[in-house]
Amino acid sequence: MEALKQELKEKIVTTLNLEDIAIEDIADNDPLFGDGLGLDSIDALELIVILDKDYGIKLVDPKEGKSIFQSIETMAAYIEANRTK
Amino acid sequence: MLREIYITETNCITPLGFDVESNIESILRGDTGIQIHNDISLMPNSFYASIINDEKINNAFAEISAETKYSRLEKMMILALEPIIKNAGVELNSKTAFLLSTTKGNVTALKDQSEESFKSAHLDALAKNVADFFQFQTQPITVSNACVSGILAVSIAKRMIQSELYDNVFVVAGDEVSEFVLSGFNAFQAMSDLPCKPYSKNRTGVSLGEATAAVLVSANPAAAKIKVIGDSSINDANHISGPSRTGEGLFLSIQNALKEAQIEAQKLDYISAHGTATPFNDEMEAIAFGRLNLQSVPVNSLKGFYGHTLGASGLLETVIAIESANSNTLFESKGFDEIGVSETINVIEKNENKNIEYFLKTASGFGGCNTAVVFEKIKHKLH
Amino acid sequence: MTQKTYIQSYIQIENNEIVLNGESVFKIEQTDFADFSKQAYRHFEIQYPKFFKMDALSKLAFLGADLLLSPIVSDEKENNIALVLANNSASLDTDVKHQESISDKGNYFPSPAVFVYTLPNICLGEISIRHQLKSENSFFIFDTFNTEFMSNYSNILLNSNKAETVLCGWVELFNNNYKAFLCTIGTNENLKITNETINTLYNK
Repeated sequence: MEALKQELKEKIVTTLNLEDIAIEDIADNDPLFGDGLGLDSIDALELIVILDKDYGIKLVDPKEGKSIFQSIETMAAYIEANRTK
Repeated sequence: MLREIYITETNCITPLGFDVESNIESILRGDTGIQIHNDISLMPNSFYASIINDEKINNAFAEISAETKYSRLEKMMILALEPIIKNAGVELNSKTAFLLSTTKGNVTALKDQSEESFKSAHLDALAKNVADFFQFQTQPITVSNACVSGILAVSIAKRMIQSELYDNVFVVAGDEVSEFVLSGFNAFQAMSDLPCKPYSKNRTGVSLGEATAAVLVSANPAAAKIKVIGDSSINDANHISGPSRTGEGLFLSIQNALKEAQIEAQKLDYISAHGTATPFNDEMEAIAFGRLNLQSVPVNSLKGFYGHTLGASGLLETVIAIESANSNTLFESKGFDEIGVSETINVIEKNENKNIEYFLKTASGFGGCNTAVVFEKIKHKLH
Repeated sequence: MTQKTYIQSYIQIENNEIVLNGESVFKIEQTDFADFSKQAYRHFEIQYPKFFKMDALSKLAFLGADLLLSPIVSDEKENNIALVLANNSASLDTDVKHQESISDKGNYFPSPAVFVYTLPNICLGEISIRHQLKSENSFFIFDTFNTEFMSNYSNILLNSNKAETVLCGWVELFNNNYKAFLCTIGTNENLKITNETINTLYNK
């Protein structure tokens, strides 16, 4: 789980081009959207692609993303429970 | 005093017909071009879209030219322009411009990795090929401003004539349904599982479509079909893919266009809106219309007939709206059932007669762009 | 009736150099555009993390616009500055990336963040958001910079009161080949740039 969280942080910083954010500054419970990392709606769609591409999870309803992408913690837990690769 | 501007010729090439008349007949019958497609060269899954039959394009094109070098989209654009250039009898001299509107042009050429294909994916190459077919003497101008391109082209043509550079501007607008755009809208989770349902409660996104449309914008009132009396294109300055929650850019565009037209919002008899059927776009439009007190003005989206034809949509929908005004008929907003926007709007549920003196065409798109153009019916002198 | 218009300021970006009103303000050794744009961003101490999410065309247009507009845009008033840009390659630089992401059916993962930049006018949106410009904007494509059309189109916006100032120019980018020329046009007489036109400045 710790390794997965680290992997997600690295992926988010590189894929979403968060140039000014250091991986070690992201806490597991930091909100990804709003006041936390400040991700926006396009980033949310990009996270859906990451789930599909890297973990073989297809979100049937994009609205599910809201609870899954609250933080690194929630995202890692969801991937752990649903991954197919 | 700036010159008065008219649209004097119109045409369109769509799945519902290859001239304006057949399109209007189809609309009155309630036909739609949107169908289910299973074509893995376009999408891994089945999808709804409004697509023109290849054979119909090739057969129609063969009647006007034996040349084989043109791409599918180029043929569609030439087919849209050919009858109106012939009919207008306007000399293609230094005072006649050619303006092309598209979002993705010949982007399908990128599938092939040759240098030649890459060149033909350039929008200026598309414009040159179409312009050279008709031997325009002036350098073609291409506008590519996302989904407002088609209606923005009308306002650009108006401005070009008002600057006295040109007397006539032939405008063509077109886009194709391609793997390129289907995959992108799908990645945006913006595609509807069913034929699109603009302004409806259970709308879930767009159905894509393809079409070309052509008009002649002119300073010559002789054969005028409609007068262009005000226009504006204001950016939301809010988000590159999501429409403004307050409809600010669209609100300002309509406000400016009405101001230039010197009419009150209440004078509008009809709005041909954008209505892509994404949850956010339709809601944004309803908010903008509400802010201008346009709640009771009949409004439709033609996306239920044609799908979202991207860079063609604004011009195609203007061509249809001109027919609507000149026949005093409001066309149903196809796909609409139960109202699904938070502000009151008057969606046209079935075809009906109504006197239309003034109408508004709007569009909004990625990049936060919006365009509004106000049109006035030509008052024919009594004999 | 027709007011005379004047070029207020202009900027050129090419060959790893930024020249503002004829004066070199940033120049580095030969490098690629990604590195050049990042170094320029840092050099001018621009605070705008969204910059790193943009495609290369938007970065190019954004940098040019930032240096021309930051001194004249104010939070206190309406800034009616229209944006009229053009290029040759439209968004082909990003189009090729999106096409690559869908060509291999075994690895078919189109990216929404890439797709949105397959429209050249997105760079106008980025500039509008940055400077809060709720104003006229349009993007044109030509084989080469059609300075006559672009200055005429800018003038009609100024003369029909659709804009108080126009940011007009050419922002061409494909792979690591880039060239930007941007200028602001307004009705205030500018004694520093008197006999120059967009055409003479662009071809300097």
